[in-house]
Amino acid sequence: MEFLQYFGGVFEPMAFLLLVGGTIGGLILGATPGLSPTMAVALLIPFTFQLTPVHGLILLGAAYTSTVAGGAVSAILLKIPGAPANIATALDGFEMAKKGEGAKALHVSFLASGIGGVIGVLLLIFLTPVLAEWALAFGPSHLFWMAILGVTVIGSLDSKSFVKGLLSGCIGLWLSMIGYDDIQGAERFIFHDALTGGIHIIAALIGIFAIPQVIEMFSKGRQSADVQVVTIQKQSFADSLKILFARKKALCIGTVTGSIIGLIPGVGGQIAGLLAYDQAKKFSADRDTFGTGNPTGVIAAESANNAMVGPSLVPLLTLSIPGSPTAAVLLGGLLIHGIFPGPDLFTNHPQVAWTFINSMLIGQILMVIFGLYIAGYAARVARIPPAIMAAAVLVLAVFGSYSVQQSMGDVYVMVSLGIGMYFLEKSGFSAAPLVLGLILGPIAEANFIQGSMIANATDGATQYFLTGTLNLFLIVLVILSIGYSFWSSRSSKVAS
Amino acid sequence: MSTRLQQHIIPATLVLGLALTVAVLSFTREPAESFLFPRLISVVMLLLAIWNFLRAILGLAKVGTGVSAATFKTIAPGVLVMVVYCFYAAKTLGFYVAGTTAFFVLYSWYDAHSHKALSSWVRRIVVTAVFMAVIYGLFSLLLKVQTPRGMFL
Repeated sequence: MEFLQYFGGVFEPMAFLLLVGGTIGGLILGATPGLSPTMAVALLIPFTFQLTPVHGLILLGAAYTSTVAGGAVSAILLKIPGAPANIATALDGFEMAKKGEGAKALHVSFLASGIGGVIGVLLLIFLTPVLAEWALAFGPSHLFWMAILGVTVIGSLDSKSFVKGLLSGCIGLWLSMIGYDDIQGAERFIFHDALTGGIHIIAALIGIFAIPQVIEMFSKGRQSADVQVVTIQKQSFADSLKILFARKKALCIGTVTGSIIGLIPGVGGQIAGLLAYDQAKKFSADRDTFGTGNPTGVIAAESANNAMVGPSLVPLLTLSIPGSPTAAVLLGGLLIHGIFPGPDLFTNHPQVAWTFINSMLIGQILMVIFGLYIAGYAARVARIPPAIMAAAVLVLAVFGSYSVQQSMGDVYVMVSLGIGMYFLEKSGFSAAPLVLGLILGPIAEANFIQGSMIANATDGATQYFLTGTLNLFLIVLVILSIGYSFWSSRSSKVAS
Repeated sequence: MSTRLQQHIIPATLVLGLALTVAVLSFTREPAESFLFPRLISVVMLLLAIWNFLRAILGLAKVGTGVSAATFKTIAPGVLVMVVYCFYAAKTLGFYVAGTTAFFVLYSWYDAHSHKALSSWVRRIVVTAVFMAVIYGLFSLLLKVQTPRGMFL
């Protein structure tokens, strides 16, 4: 119950103000189609430089939590999911809104998100120390295989083509090696002066997640954003609560599905929402009404996509392995403040770690409160024309990436990676494994070198890296993740 | 063939070229200790790139839509403004002048509203000015980021 000691930090005036600001801002950003939670968090990182590590993380955590829930607003009122995690919400949410039950859909959506989210964060609180203690036994060879596993799992699961998913991971690993080598100081792959210091992770994250979205908005041409927002009728909050608790089964299915999916690296909120929706439909007596405005569908989808937020941070905080692209961006936020997550995070920085986790718990409650009040207004941001949105995100990305180290090199890297990523994505490559490769590359290399030194002094590399129960277990997981992806891409080809 | 060429073959060839370059540089540069990990990764990357290339050539690659000529034509002006803004204008003209110009040009180019009505142009100018004022407030006053001034600001 160590986390209880650090609750006070969340209620300090500055911390609480940032939590409220991050929650409201996240709800608005989440409701904006085209601004994914990952991109929103990446663009927010430069604003945390002036803050203490704990305050910066509170802001980023609040934004992460509420952008996922905020995406439901545009899914319900406009049938445009604010993020991929809200696709399943739109199926019944918009139908409810069309029938004049928009407020009811928003109420049950935020309440389900809040309950799912709180349970997800509680899992984070209770699982993290156990896993961290276990992870203390990890040596360099295990950490090397863990880093490789992080890349292969995301490369396999996040991409429709496993060859392209793994290639994306390799490109990310290669990008992480650019610059001067840490041990010998040798130049590696420095093709331009801007690359002398290597690729800065924040500039890369902004470029990889924001610039392809900007170009995607360009691709819509001169398109008007005059979308029709469904009118919201008044709805009693007590009635919404009754509707929610009358569907406890859907709430449980959503929360359990989201929590399990969150723990598996690489499987995002989109899968959690759709899988929970599908399971709730299978177990429902009125399954025929799904897709016609059944609140059960909204409850299952929203509780799942918010329940996955907390567990998706477990591998990040205990093993430095981000479980999702947004967790990868959060890792960037931690590193920029000199906080290195891993087994000893809770020993070296207990105040930062626990205050951050506690803030996510309080953030879930604030998200429900503010979500219910500002949902109707937040939907209006969807009316902002793509032309303004694209220009605004570009300018913000340029200023944000420059402010990282006050270097034009970071702007060049940001825009080059962003344009490259747009064309790679169009060719079937995926951003998530590339980012994971970029982040996990230094961890994998440092442990590989350290392990090689130990191996040279002892029984040799084969013995050190390829034997031992934990090494073999991790190698089997790497092979299984690749094998599963190969099998699923073949079976989907047969099905099609 | 032309669709397959732009969807799969050209990207696969470019990725193979990148993987080859990385492999050649990793195995020819010294000191060897510094290129131990790059060599390991480059071998895996090269094998995957060859596999990906063969799948593209044999018509087995299915994932990826490519960028059609029509889409390319639509995005080209925006990408050109982006490149000029980031690689040239931001440093030469100054961050705020270049940012204002890029925002205004992109907004005006992709705006669905009439390009002949005066009211549309007034709205574009007002939106640009308000947005850049917010950016100035955030980065210059709040975060105190010293941006390159270039010729202007």
